[in-house]
Amino acid sequence: MIDTEDRPLLRAEALTKWYGAQIGCCDISFELYPGEVMAVVGESGSGKTTLLQLLSAQLAPSAGRVFYRMRDGVMRDLASLGEAERRFLFRTDWGYVHQEPALGLRMAVSGGANVGERLMAVGWRHYGRIRGAAKDWFERVEIARDRIDDAPTTYSGGMRQRLQIARNLVTNPRLVFMDEPTGGLDVSVQARLLDLIRGLVGELRLAAVVVTHDLAVARMLSHRIIVMKEGAAIESGLTDQVLDDPREPYTQLLVSSILPA
Amino acid sequence: MYALDLVNVEKSFTLHLQGGLHLPVVAGVNFAVQSGECVALAGPSGCGKSSILKMIYGGYRCDGGRILMRDGDHVIDVATASPRTIIAMRQRAVSYVSQFLRAVPRVATIDVVAQTRDDAAPGEARASAAVLLRRLNIPERLMAVPPATFSGGEQQRVNIARGFLPDRAVLLLDEPTASLDSENRAVVIDLIAEKKRRGVAVVAIIHDEEVRDAVADQIVDVATFAAA
Repeated sequence: MIDTEDRPLLRAEALTKWYGAQIGCCDISFELYPGEVMAVVGESGSGKTTLLQLLSAQLAPSAGRVFYRMRDGVMRDLASLGEAERRFLFRTDWGYVHQEPALGLRMAVSGGANVGERLMAVGWRHYGRIRGAAKDWFERVEIARDRIDDAPTTYSGGMRQRLQIARNLVTNPRLVFMDEPTGGLDVSVQARLLDLIRGLVGELRLAAVVVTHDLAVARMLSHRIIVMKEGAAIESGLTDQVLDDPREPYTQLLVSSILPA
Repeated sequence: MYALDLVNVEKSFTLHLQGGLHLPVVAGVNFAVQSGECVALAGPSGCGKSSILKMIYGGYRCDGGRILMRDGDHVIDVATASPRTIIAMRQRAVSYVSQFLRAVPRVATIDVVAQTRDDAAPGEARASAAVLLRRLNIPERLMAVPPATFSGGEQQRVNIARGFLPDRAVLLLDEPTASLDSENRAVVIDLIAEKKRRGVAVVAIIHDEEVRDAVADQIVDVATFAAA
């Protein structure tokens, strides 16, 4: 749900990224408010992941800027942040859910430690409390508690993705980036995960940027959509407007290409 | 005082995949709805009734004119409002019963309905959802089950409960009684009458003449807005 908060949490201004002579993404501007979920849709190679990496300060833009409202209420240019401040954002205020859970997890340590580690990074020291919080999160993401001491290598794909979500949300972030969060999963597992993400995002009033090529995912999770093609944002608006009343030829093609269930 | 006022509203589609085919739908749509009044949209299939409802709800974009919706002390022009304003409007000012239920998989029927009451505590929201579902003859044992496997009539009643549960100033209904038996049709007629008594402005597409006669105060013939 959208907050009554009038000030944006994140603002992109004319974000552009060149890879040599190749355009990654071109002149993207938008604002994201607390509690708002924005989907970025488009085909592979349209610049969705580049945009996500620019927004989360993992890539430096060739032009344009990203502003983020820090917990003290001040809007800061991400490029002006020091390394320590950026690390702080990554550890606490932001989450980043990768399509491939192994990229967001530490596969050699237990599931419980994967969740607990994020808490230790923000200064939690009491073992019992860390374990208690990890157990709570196992429950919230519907992983059996008795799997807490097993390494994620022994988990199924859906469980790993749920563990990655728990690891990201345990520190109470305000903004979560998701890159094809249901991408590699079976359809039945996808529905359950989507339902879980939708519930948590609403309950925790998270803002999120979700990259997906799956319009059903966008419809289910997002308030707003940006459609990307060849690095540019060709259409944007309220999710049901873009999906039910698409204007651009490319968006109409995307929407009409969905196979009816 | 009007709750909703449409001024010279216009809608067309351009189908780029059909060689840029331009399909005008409606133009010069003018009507207003007062609090406590029910306006029925009439006209043959395809004349743009559902498109008008969707523009009022903000699900379709409006190509011209103004759609003025009263939200407390403010008036929003849905035709030009930002996505954030429209989302806030849906949470406070308007609810919409679409022709088909589109529910999230895996969520129990009672929660599908209770979720529309984000102003209430979860227990209270579920209790009021249960009361309304019972009135609509959804048996207790089905409330715990997701509505995906329900019959058409049951899904429509769940959809009606979703639209009627929250207390909004404007209620939009797209053929709410199309697949209901006479007993449930009578329930819907009562529910609409109750909303009107509470000052809700209702815009409804109703083909069933008996239902239309029972609830409508004004009939707007959408065929007169046919775009050239």
